[in-house]
Amino acid sequence: MTDHTPVLRLEDIVKTFPGVRALDGVSFNVLPGEVHALMGENGAGKSTLMKVLGGILQPNEGRIFIEEEPTVMTTPVQAKAKGVVFIHQELSLADELTVAENIFLGELPLKSFGRVDWGTLYDDTNAILKQLNVGFDAKTRVGDLSIANQQMVEIARALTVDPKAVIFDEPTASLTDAEKVVLFDVISGLQSKGVGIIYISHRMEEIFKITDRISVLRDGQYRGTLNTRETNEEEVTHLMIGRKLDLSRNESHHELGDVALEVRGLSCGKLFQDVSFNVRRGEVLGFYGLVGAGRTEIAETLFGLRDPSAGQILLNGQEVRIKSPIEAIGHGISLVPEDRKGQGLVLGMNCRDNMTLPQVDDLTAGPFVSDGAEIAIFDQYRDKLDIRTPGWRQTVGNLSGGNQQKIVIGKWLSMRPEVLIVDEPTRGIDVGSKSEIHNLIRDLAAQGFAVIVISSEMPEVLHVSDRIVAMYSGRVMREFTSDEVTEDSLIQAISGITGDKVA
Amino acid sequence: MAELTKRGIGEVLAKQGILIAFVVFMIVFALANQRFIAIDNISGVIRSSAILGVMALGVTFVVIGGNLDLSVGSMMSFSTIVVLDLHDKIGPTLAIPAMFGLTMALGAFIGFLVGYLKLNSLIVTLGMLSAIHGLTLTWSGGQNMDIADKAGTWFSVFGQGRVAGVPVPILIFAGLAIVLSLVLSKTPFGRKVYAVGGNGKAATFSGIPRARIVFMTYLISSFCVACAGLLQASRSLGSQNTVGQGMELEVLAAVILGGASLLGGSGTIFKTVIGVLILGFIQNGLLLMGLAFYVQYVVTWLIIILAVWLDIAAKRGRFWSQIA
Amino acid sequence: MSKETLFKQGAIWAFIVVELIFFSVAGSYLSVSDSAFMDFDNMLLLLKQSAPIGIIALGMTIIMINGNIDLSVGATYALAAIVLLDSMTWPFMQAMGDWAIPLAWFFALLTGTVLGAINGLIVWKTGVDAFIVTLGSMLGYRGLVFMYNGEQPTSHLNWTLVDFAEAQFLGLHTATWFLLVAALILWLVMTKTVHGRNAYAIGNNREAAVNAGIRVGPHFLWNFMLIGFLAALSAVVFYSESGSVNPNDGMLYELWAITAVVLGGTKLSGGYGSIISTLGGVIAIQLLRKGLGHIGADTETVNLVIGLILIAVLFLDRQLNRTGKEELKI
Repeated sequence: MTDHTPVLRLEDIVKTFPGVRALDGVSFNVLPGEVHALMGENGAGKSTLMKVLGGILQPNEGRIFIEEEPTVMTTPVQAKAKGVVFIHQELSLADELTVAENIFLGELPLKSFGRVDWGTLYDDTNAILKQLNVGFDAKTRVGDLSIANQQMVEIARALTVDPKAVIFDEPTASLTDAEKVVLFDVISGLQSKGVGIIYISHRMEEIFKITDRISVLRDGQYRGTLNTRETNEEEVTHLMIGRKLDLSRNESHHELGDVALEVRGLSCGKLFQDVSFNVRRGEVLGFYGLVGAGRTEIAETLFGLRDPSAGQILLNGQEVRIKSPIEAIGHGISLVPEDRKGQGLVLGMNCRDNMTLPQVDDLTAGPFVSDGAEIAIFDQYRDKLDIRTPGWRQTVGNLSGGNQQKIVIGKWLSMRPEVLIVDEPTRGIDVGSKSEIHNLIRDLAAQGFAVIVISSEMPEVLHVSDRIVAMYSGRVMREFTSDEVTEDSLIQAISGITGDKVA
Repeated sequence: MAELTKRGIGEVLAKQGILIAFVVFMIVFALANQRFIAIDNISGVIRSSAILGVMALGVTFVVIGGNLDLSVGSMMSFSTIVVLDLHDKIGPTLAIPAMFGLTMALGAFIGFLVGYLKLNSLIVTLGMLSAIHGLTLTWSGGQNMDIADKAGTWFSVFGQGRVAGVPVPILIFAGLAIVLSLVLSKTPFGRKVYAVGGNGKAATFSGIPRARIVFMTYLISSFCVACAGLLQASRSLGSQNTVGQGMELEVLAAVILGGASLLGGSGTIFKTVIGVLILGFIQNGLLLMGLAFYVQYVVTWLIIILAVWLDIAAKRGRFWSQIA
Repeated sequence: MSKETLFKQGAIWAFIVVELIFFSVAGSYLSVSDSAFMDFDNMLLLLKQSAPIGIIALGMTIIMINGNIDLSVGATYALAAIVLLDSMTWPFMQAMGDWAIPLAWFFALLTGTVLGAINGLIVWKTGVDAFIVTLGSMLGYRGLVFMYNGEQPTSHLNWTLVDFAEAQFLGLHTATWFLLVAALILWLVMTKTVHGRNAYAIGNNREAAVNAGIRVGPHFLWNFMLIGFLAALSAVVFYSESGSVNPNDGMLYELWAITAVVLGGTKLSGGYGSIISTLGGVIAIQLLRKGLGHIGADTETVNLVIGLILIAVLFLDRQLNRTGKEELKI
């Protein structure tokens, strides 16, 4: 780390959206040649801050300095021209176009008559690709690349200018270990050229491996900056969530009933293979693993949305074949899906209609839907789950994430399921609602439901589960009871490391 | 607080804008020409809007379900020609159910392609527009179709008759509108149509048989088209085989004018009826002002763009788009 | 070029070959006329007849690659035709003799371009979907067509113009040349120029294009002006010869053009498509028309067959793009 003037300095940035103060007086700086981690929980304001830096959003208050020059950036292009490059988390590539066209999108080299100067384009691109040490060339169609390579194309975009600061937003989310090594090389290459890096990630081990300083946001507010070498995970977590990370395991065990659901040797093509487990009434079974480990796909198969290629599903000891969600619901299986807005709710509909959607056929008086029966159900679960809404007429899209999730959970509880599967129950939900939902899940088990919880967050899995299934790359690696599980063994299992050999 | 009021006004405009526009429009025309609000004029307008209107009712279901139907015009030609042809061959009593059966079979076919095979509805119905047109021409041998004994058939009752002084087409339009409005807003099926159009994935994840619902919307649409064909055939007792040509887009215009989003999940039968009536009354009002029928095309254009624009502007909270 | 793209772009030409073989063979048994189907003159005529829809379809390809659609081209076509024919009867134009012809063409093309610009501006400034905007202007422009001359046809025959339109150069008719040259230019635009590449980028991933600083609004405006221009060009080519336009002319042209574009494999959602394949789509439709006539099928069967083929193409495309049995049943 050098003592030059900061490449980038933010001063009291405020960004408001209708009803929300997404950024509330954020200040921090990035020095040349440093890797500066930006951390915070989902919804803490990281992505808003990055969009402000990348020129996608305009701050309401506050100033941005690039090398101590006050700067206003109104578009991503302007930001890039000033040397601030934003590498998106969601890939923003045009997959029908070539690698070269994507890297130079919006700034293709010109010849006469508006023609593209292909020669220059390909040469420049190949030069950049060489720095990145990738196995494809400028003329490859982006749609033909793997996700990881597409990520590399995204990164290559940063190298078309002489950047002063580069923002990486969760760059390793879809990379393999080997690809991460290349990425870290690229980052240290940039570092040695004096570029300031802002690095956003949830993965502590990466943060501690490559960053120099860590700044933390919480609820849109700046919480402080730590020197990486002088701190530890605990301190960072404490700053992030305002209290110590609760890695406590679930202690309360209920009377367990019979096996409600048993799965034997279930496979679905390449998505997951030979998966076996069971869950009893009154039990919470946690599924833990990285994104892409096949957990969601198992849930979708149980819910009749995918056809298994092998294996059996047994409900109460009886083998069943589930071909559609309708059949799954008929068998008493309910799924609270991972993507709340995309799969869980019809955002334009009101709260009541969303909640009663699966059983609207049964809530009739004559040929018509019975208003009274519907409202009764809504009121019952609004009270039970403590859903905060002005009334059932409220459009679901206007509710907070936590209340939305409770609507989805209420939707399925009102169906009185035998087995409730909850996929990523607290994704994008604020801390307070999180623990409410955790308690809710425990309560449900206590009432005799068999609950399966799929989560990518270790504290969550530890907190709610009676037993934990660890998955890696489509396979069940190990099953733990909540008494025997440790953080280390869990992390090893989901990284594909078994007791004696590396998978 | 000011902002809140502003948003409130925006929301009211977005929700009821078309109704307000309709009322303002009626008042302006009524002031301009006394004839405009005469009972027989109003009844005449509704009557002549009935065919378009009945089709629009069905298309409303399809659009709320998140799809398009460009085949209704061509399908209406088909049902008109078929019922006229069969009238002389097997008599009206059998011709009518036969025509309904054939038309709804076409609707079922489209519903199968879009619902169960999940093909793009724009292209499927575009293809069916052409295919059904071919079918109609083949059926009629390219000739106009006429009923031999125009004076002696009771078949004319649907298009020309009156019950208690009210023209039958109006009764049919109103009756269908009421029934379908109840179906859409009050029954479980209607709820599912909104869910499928609003978020098809979420509907599937809630155990709603998306394919069957989409199928049903097309079946309803074809039923409405058959009714429209019946009205058309009965009104004129003879027809060219291109009688419905171009109506698919006028119907869609009425539905959009009523505020249904092409993305699906929003719209109501009541608003569609308003959309149909606006189109009808524009035409009539302009005619009464001594302007030719085609002036209404231009006015319709402006009104559609304005209606949708204001709707979008109210939702995004600013007038001009944010497109760079 | 990868195997897959070769297959995708070759499909429409393979289909044309199949059509040719089928109609030649079937024609030798069923034909009502003595001449062979694959007759050279017959093929030349076919190209000429493809021109009006073909030229519009070329523009539609670009609009659809953008992820938009234009339903108003039929009306634009009719209005441009009226301006073309009527302008030649204006006194000052008549005084110019044959020099009025290029001026009349200019007026017609200008009309088309302006109508396209109106669509483009509305799409850009209001943010209303192009489908709705052009659905509206389809009605509106048709209204303008009627307002020009009521329900009367507009006629004006200029023999110099007719001679020009009926001329053949290197064996190809004037209309064919217009089609081919337009196709060549647009192919160059779409494959070689920044504007063309941006068109793909916008249709493929609009947000990415916007973030990369591509100005989507003006881009749309240019393309709508282009398709307006092409619709007018199509009118110029056709009505120079025929000399009379009915106010209902050009109806459903938008649907034919879209059919040709989809047959050529352009994605409805945008981002993928090719000018050359659209040319193939146009020729395939015209071949079908002529071929069915050749084997003695009623002309009305053409509509039926084309409609069903369109649906079949859609179905095949979906089957080929399936990811297999593992996929989510949504």
